[in-house]
Amino acid sequence: MSASSNTNWDRRTVLRAAMGLAAAGGLAACGGNTGRSSSGDTLVQMFHAYGEAGTEQAIKRYAKAYKEANVTTQWITSADFESKLFSSLLTDNAPDLFEFHPQIQMVKSGQVADLTDIIDPVKDDFNPADIKSHTVDGKIYGVRMIDDPQFFFYRKSMLEKAKVEVPTTLDELMEAAAKLTTGKVKGLYMGNDLHSVNDTLIWSAGAQHLDEKNQIAYHTDGVVEGLKKMRQLFTSGDLLLGAPTESWDPSSFNQGLCAIQFCGMWAMPAIQDALGDDWGVFPFPKVTDSGKQSVYNGGWSMFVNAKGKNVDAAKEYVKWLWIDQKEYQEDWATSYGFHIPPRASLAESATKLKSGNAAEGVRLFNEFGHFDNIGWTQAMRTAFEDVFANCVRKNMDPEKALDRCDTAVNRELKKLFG
Amino acid sequence: MSTTTPRDLARPASAKASPAKPRRGLRGSSTFNFWLFTGPFLIGLAIFVYAPILWSLWLSFFEARFTVTPDKFIGFDNYTYMLTNDDFVGSLGTFTVFAAFIVPTTWALSLGLALLVNRMRFMRAFFRSVFFLPTAVSYVAASLIWKMSIFSGVRFGLMNTVLGWFGIDNIAWLIDPNPPWYWLVIVTARLWLQAGFFMILFIAALQNIPDELYEAAAIDGAKPGWQTFRYITLPQLRATSTAVILLLLIAAYQAFDEFYNLLSKTTWGRPPLVELYYKALGESQDYGAGSAGALILTVLICAVTLLQGKIMGFGRGDESK
Repeated sequence: MSASSNTNWDRRTVLRAAMGLAAAGGLAACGGNTGRSSSGDTLVQMFHAYGEAGTEQAIKRYAKAYKEANVTTQWITSADFESKLFSSLLTDNAPDLFEFHPQIQMVKSGQVADLTDIIDPVKDDFNPADIKSHTVDGKIYGVRMIDDPQFFFYRKSMLEKAKVEVPTTLDELMEAAAKLTTGKVKGLYMGNDLHSVNDTLIWSAGAQHLDEKNQIAYHTDGVVEGLKKMRQLFTSGDLLLGAPTESWDPSSFNQGLCAIQFCGMWAMPAIQDALGDDWGVFPFPKVTDSGKQSVYNGGWSMFVNAKGKNVDAAKEYVKWLWIDQKEYQEDWATSYGFHIPPRASLAESATKLKSGNAAEGVRLFNEFGHFDNIGWTQAMRTAFEDVFANCVRKNMDPEKALDRCDTAVNRELKKLFG
Repeated sequence: MSTTTPRDLARPASAKASPAKPRRGLRGSSTFNFWLFTGPFLIGLAIFVYAPILWSLWLSFFEARFTVTPDKFIGFDNYTYMLTNDDFVGSLGTFTVFAAFIVPTTWALSLGLALLVNRMRFMRAFFRSVFFLPTAVSYVAASLIWKMSIFSGVRFGLMNTVLGWFGIDNIAWLIDPNPPWYWLVIVTARLWLQAGFFMILFIAALQNIPDELYEAAAIDGAKPGWQTFRYITLPQLRATSTAVILLLLIAAYQAFDEFYNLLSKTTWGRPPLVELYYKALGESQDYGAGSAGALILTVLICAVTLLQGKIMGFGRGDESK
C-alpha cells in the first residue's frame, strides 16, 4: 500500500466521507420520488372502543373500502379516550378525524373544521336537533353518526312478582327499588359513580344546563330536590354499588345483579339474547311535579382535525362514509348494538328499529329526548359530576355543592363567551 | 566508565514521549471522554427534563387552554386559581393522609420482612423472591385485581365473600366514601407492590452490620430479641431507614396509578397528580393552570424533602449513625 493511500483514508477522511454521504442522503430525501405516498393519501381516525362485538372490525372494513386514501384506525380501548384525544390533538401525531361529542370549546380553539359544505346538501335529511347541537354561528362542525337514547331497562317478571308498576316519578322509582331488592338482587343500578343520570336528573327536574343566553340554568329548587332524593337512594341499600362493569355495559342487568338498570339503546341486542322478552324500557322519571320524564339522546359524531395536514382529504372521507354510504351507516347503527340513525331516511327504513322494545326506544327518543348543548363543555360536565360525587355520595349540602359547580361553570362561561 | 553510551543518548528521546504528559488528540483527551460519556445523557436530560420544566414555567403565566403555544399573558392568575382551588388544596390533604398511612406501614412491613427473611436458614432465596416479585407488577394491573377481584362491591368479590360467611352485608369498598374503606384498598395495594423492594434494601443494610457488635453486646449482657434490636440493629439501620422514608415520601407524592384506577370520578382520595390530571391537563386542557399546579407541587416536594433530610440527618456522614 502506498504512503499516499494511507494519508487519504485516515480516520478523519473516513469521518468526513461518512458525514458527506449522510448529508447527501438527507438532501436526496428532500426531493424526488422517495417511494412514499403523497401527504394526502394517508388518514388516521380515532375511535373510542365500543363494547359491542364486531364494531372495531366494521369501522376498519368501511375504511378499507375507501379507495381515495389509506385510512388507519386508532381504537382506544381505555376509559380515558377524551384525555388521549385531547392531548394527541396538540401533537404532530394528532388524528386527521375523530369521533366525539359537539363542544363549543373545540370550535373556539380551532380544533375542528367547518363541515357545512359537505352537510348542507343533505341537511334536511338529518335530525334537526342533531344539526342544531353541532352548529355555531351558522356553521356545522360535525357529522352525527349515531343517536344513543339512554333510559332504564327493567325485568318484567321481577316487577310483576314484586307487584311494582313502571315508575313515572323519582319517588316511585325509589319505592320500586326498595321492593325489588332481595338477598341477591339489588333493585336498581345507575352506574358506580351515578354520572350516567346527571343530565336526565336536570331535565326531569324541569331545568336545563344553560339557558338561551348561555347562563347557568341547572341551579334550581327542582334539581336540589332531585339531588336530595338521589342521596336517599344512594344510602338506602337498594342501589347496586361496586359492580364490576359500568352502566354502559348491560352485564349487571343480564346476570341478575339488579332488577332495573340505566343503560343505552345500544345494549338491546345483548339484553334480548340474555333475557329473551323479559324486559322493557322506561324514561328517567320526573323529579318534581313541574318536571317531566326525560331521555338523554347521547351519541357520537365525526369531526375533522382543523389543524391536521390533510383537512380536505379527511373531509372527503367523512362525506364518503357518513353522508354518502347509507348502507354502511345503517350497518353501523343496527348490526351490532342498536342506535338510531341521525338521517331521517335511514331511521325510517331501519327495519330492526320498527318493532318491540327497539320501537319503544325510538318512541321514548322522540317523545322525551334531550340533545347535547354544544355550549356545555367537558369542563362543565366534570364540574356537575363533582356535584353528584360531593352531595349524593359524600353527603355535602346540595346548595353548597351547586354553588361550587357554579363557580367552575362561570369560569368556563367567562372564558368562552366573555 | 563511559558516560555516552547509546542507551544514555536515547534517554532524552524517551523522556519526550513520557506517558506522564497528556497525549494530544481526542482519544487522549479526558475532557473529550467526559463529554462522550455524559453528553448523550445531558442532552436527554435537557430535552426531556429541563426543557419541559422551563416550558411549563412559561405556560404557567399564560392563558393556555387547548394549546401549548399560547399568546395571552395573564401573570400569576393561574397560580392564584390553583392555590384558591379547594380541590387542589384538598389534594395536598389527601397526600398527607396517604403518606401518614403508607410511609410508616411500608417501613415497618419491609423491615419486618427483612428481619424474618434474613434470619431464615433455609429457602431464604425463595422467600426473598416471593416478597420481591410484586415489585414487578404494574400498578394498573394490581389496581384492577384489587378493584374487580378482591374488593369488588358485589357478593362474589373475595372480601365480600369472606364477610358473607360471617353474615355481614356486602360493602361497596370504593364507591361510598362513608366510611372511607377506599383507604384500606389503596394502602394494601401499594403495600403489596412496594414492601418487597424496600425489604431488599433493609436486607442489604442488615448484612452490613458487623457480627462483632452483637457479640460485644451479648458479652455486656444484652438480651437477644427486642433489646438487641432496639439498641443495636435499629440504630445501625438509621441511614437506610432515612433513605427508605425519603423514597417512600417521594413515591407517595408521585402516587397516581392506583388512585386513578381505583377511584375514578370522585372528588375525594385525589392526590395532587390525579387532581392536576383531572382539573387541568386531562379533559379540561387547561395547560396553564396545570403547569402552575405542577410547579407549586415541585417547590413543595423540594421543601419537604430538604426539611425531612435535615430533621433525619440524611447525608451528615458516619458520625451521625
